[in-house]
Amino acid sequence: MEPIIIVKNIGKKYDIVHQKGGYITLRDVLAGIIKKPLSFIKNKTKEVIGREEKEEFWALKDLNFTIKKGEAVGVIGANGAGKSTLLKLLSKITPPTTGEITLKGSVASLLEVGTGFHPELTGRENIFLNGAVLGMSKKEIAKKFDSIVEFSGIETFLDTPVKRYSSGMYVRLAFAVAAHMEPDILIVDEVLAVGDAEFQKKCLGKMNEITKKAGRTVLFVSHNMSTIQKLCKKCILLEKGKIKMAGETQKVIDCYLNNAEIRAVTEYRLNPNESAQISKITILDQNEKYQARIPINQNFTIKINYEVFKEIKGAVISVFFYSGEDLLLLSAESDKNAKLKSYAPGEYTTSVSIPSFLFNVGTYYFDVRFHRPSLELIDHKQNISFEILDTENNPKSEIFKGQISGVMASILDYRTNKKTI
Amino acid sequence: MSNDITIIRPKKTFSLDDFREIWQYKELLYFFTWRDFKVRYKQTMIGVLWAIFQPFVTMVVFSVFFGKLAGMPSDGIPYPIFVYSGLLFWQFFSSALSQTSNSLVSNANIITKVYFPRLILPISGVITKFVDFFIASLILVGLMIYYGYTPNMIGILILPLLLLITFMTAVGGGLFLASMNVKYRDVQYVLPFFIQILLFVTPVIYPTSIAGKYSWMLAINPMTGVIKAARAALFGNAPINWELLGISFIAVSVILTIGIIFFKKTERYFADVV
Repeated sequence: MEPIIIVKNIGKKYDIVHQKGGYITLRDVLAGIIKKPLSFIKNKTKEVIGREEKEEFWALKDLNFTIKKGEAVGVIGANGAGKSTLLKLLSKITPPTTGEITLKGSVASLLEVGTGFHPELTGRENIFLNGAVLGMSKKEIAKKFDSIVEFSGIETFLDTPVKRYSSGMYVRLAFAVAAHMEPDILIVDEVLAVGDAEFQKKCLGKMNEITKKAGRTVLFVSHNMSTIQKLCKKCILLEKGKIKMAGETQKVIDCYLNNAEIRAVTEYRLNPNESAQISKITILDQNEKYQARIPINQNFTIKINYEVFKEIKGAVISVFFYSGEDLLLLSAESDKNAKLKSYAPGEYTTSVSIPSFLFNVGTYYFDVRFHRPSLELIDHKQNISFEILDTENNPKSEIFKGQISGVMASILDYRTNKKTI
Repeated sequence: MSNDITIIRPKKTFSLDDFREIWQYKELLYFFTWRDFKVRYKQTMIGVLWAIFQPFVTMVVFSVFFGKLAGMPSDGIPYPIFVYSGLLFWQFFSSALSQTSNSLVSNANIITKVYFPRLILPISGVITKFVDFFIASLILVGLMIYYGYTPNMIGILILPLLLLITFMTAVGGGLFLASMNVKYRDVQYVLPFFIQILLFVTPVIYPTSIAGKYSWMLAINPMTGVIKAARAALFGNAPINWELLGISFIAVSVILTIGIIFFKKTERYFADVV
């Protein structure tokens, strides 16, 4: 098959302007003008003509790839790897700094659902407006109108201004319009992560139909690996603005998961002047493999290596678990009986095993403290993160059809009795 | 599969293709205009009557204070229609100018998410204002009937030309300001003040004759030629000054060209900065 998207030496540079002194108040500005009027004028002039000090930042550099007609290609990578920038270049929103992109056929991009929606307009009006913004003709929209309404399932509220819609209804309508685009090339940013689980399933089905049955070329960005696996045969992994790997989805995803920022091994440099130090913290899955991304239904282990240089009395290793919002969830002590121990000089390891279904799906981090409680903090390592992943047979999410709420996921013992007369 | 091939390169130079592209996107232009117009009077009680109310009340106030109390000369035309005809063009110009200047910033959410020729936004803004102009001019028709004025045929024919000049001035200046506004929001603060000042150097409230030998200075302002010619055409109080109109037209063409070039030159970074 012939290539439909050809990307050659694409680069995108942003200038980061350094504002002096950060946040400035009017008083500071006035004081600055009075103290050094000339340098103020000089700086302002430089700013206006664009000669101020700036730092170059290449969001993307030397990207080369081709996509064949009918392929669905996923783009993955950590935050800031350049995924969104790549999509913006492909959808002509911002031009590249270097290189050339050739797109054969009509292109539509979906970087957000509901682009152009106006809160004051009714659902009916917004279908037309949004459709036009996405590049559909009036005739095309009119033809697909019924099918859009049916897909969204909001018939009753068609003539209500969308500002009165619930966020769920809004998203349904927006996605329904987007799902009816018929371009040769479709560029999609992470937009499927919206709505309730049932609607997400519907969206996925529609995406599947677009890619597999209609044979369209789709470029798809997502953080959700299972979605990528379902939709895309091929994948591109971006890292720091460059292609780290491209090829078969499974291989690329494996490469990403094993090398991503969430590291399973963290090592620290030792300073023997201290009395004791933590040298290494590792996260191991149930098969004893280095892995910081753990399925919710598996237990895992945090292993802490530390060296004691001088004898320590009455110390303990504690692990403090936090949620993303800095909420302390749990503090765990090394010993079941939480007894303080004495440590003779030497190398030690402490393993903390975390049962399955303790934490809910999400990213967490922990601190490790080697301390003599309320006496001395011997060593303290912060911000080691791990991620709990959803699995196919997660009994909790099966009931709720999707994300369960809360940070803890413990399965509690439930007993229901029917009253017998 | 359609055969159109898109090539994306670093620097887009300004070319005639840009105008062809706008033609391709004419439906979106229509929808933006339609949206602006629909949204405008949503949740208001008198709706589209606001388009008439504002210039009408201004006219009444001006007639009382400038016409009656201050005794402002009006070239032999009843002051209400004198000032209303000026106001009509003035309001079209000033509202179109400010709408154009804000068109990019107020649509930032769309600009950063979807591609379309950006020129569509300022153009649709002006078209919306044109509809307002059209509605408000119904009052002028009523006033002219009331005062017993019938415009001559040339008068009617010249009006589209005058509107075109106003349109070009507003879009030309607006494009320049809109591009500046993307980077420097100072424009939002300067503009209302600038428009207010501009009203006083445009013969809306007073006739150009009041400036005596300095009236040539007013001619630098393209709106002077437009408003003067409009009055001459509608009320036949003076011959149409073709020379002045010609100068205005040339001046405005230059403004518009500079506006478009500046807009196209800065267009590529809109999405990164806005």
